[in-house]
Amino acid sequence: MIYLQLLWVFVKIGVLGFGGGYAMLSLIQHEVVEHYAWMTTTDFADMVAISQMTPGPISINLATYVGYTTAGIGGSLLASFALCLPSVIMVYLILKLFMSKKNNTLIDNTLKGLKPAIAGLIFAAGLSMMNLQNFPDFGRGQYNISVIICVLAFVASYFFKANPILLIVLSGVVGYFAY
Amino acid sequence: MKKAFELFFSFFKIGAFTLGGGYAMLSMVEKAVVDQKKWIPNDEFWDMIAVVQSLPGVFAVNTALYVGHRVAGRKGAFAAMLGAIIPSITIILLLATVFREFRDQPVVERIFKGIRPCVVALILAPSLRMIKSAKVTWKTAIIPIVTVFLIWWCKISPAYVILAAIAGSLIYALIINKKAKEKEVKP
Repeated sequence: MIYLQLLWVFVKIGVLGFGGGYAMLSLIQHEVVEHYAWMTTTDFADMVAISQMTPGPISINLATYVGYTTAGIGGSLLASFALCLPSVIMVYLILKLFMSKKNNTLIDNTLKGLKPAIAGLIFAAGLSMMNLQNFPDFGRGQYNISVIICVLAFVASYFFKANPILLIVLSGVVGYFAY
Repeated sequence: MKKAFELFFSFFKIGAFTLGGGYAMLSMVEKAVVDQKKWIPNDEFWDMIAVVQSLPGVFAVNTALYVGHRVAGRKGAFAAMLGAIIPSITIILLLATVFREFRDQPVVERIFKGIRPCVVALILAPSLRMIKSAKVTWKTAIIPIVTVFLIWWCKISPAYVILAAIAGSLIYALIINKKAKEKEVKP
């Protein structure tokens, strides 16, 4: 049963995952944390940090991790291949149809229209993770270290395009000394 | 068969050493496929990337499948895809096993208490950057706002939201195309 669920979830994400790794991250978050409750929100945050720090596509990393924690090594392989399955079919079809860039203004404009919605989708995933599990010291005491970390990391990432791996490592160091 | 092995190893190297997702990988793929192996000419490569970018799914996997198929058919596509994902799967399996052992250690817990709020920021920041690059105006700002409301507040599955957004965007694109054609006809 768990295998079927993993297969369904990750094939679905492979089909609907427009807009790169972060868009898929928000789809995965909904299925894994909210719908099936395979993971808590802190587990999910830890998994994202680990997937971000390791090489390779972040969505494959996430699929492997989710598959492993829910159904062991078999689950991890199944989830990763399920994520790739729609791609295999689509790329094959595109090669057969000899689609070229030139006659695709319709697809281009559709994707342009899709972009603001995808951005909202990712933002919603971030908001869903803003809770007392991930910000355990919120509203307690004078200093909310977790809020400070979040704000500083946001400023560094948004305005200065700081390397995400560096930010994760620095936050880990701050957490080690502050908690 | 030899080409399939070469594809496997090229994408294995790329999968094992690129940090920071699909687009960081692109220059490495270009170097391997266009400059070193000369499998695909430069202009065709970028044409192909443009097509692959518009597909859903894992960008690195789509690229591997396309390059692999173009160079050595179905075997090539399969070999390149495996090369791209095997390093990820192996590394994550190792780390997940280790993490399971150590996650209850107080030291690890302290470190991850610091990391979690940072992860939240790392998800919020690119979404806002995406809104900026999509040139969202005050009028179109309604789209991301409604999306956030539906998913975060109403807990509607993002899958449905994406399907609705695709339908809406397609209608919008059809209208634009029609207008563009009418303009062509008039003069």
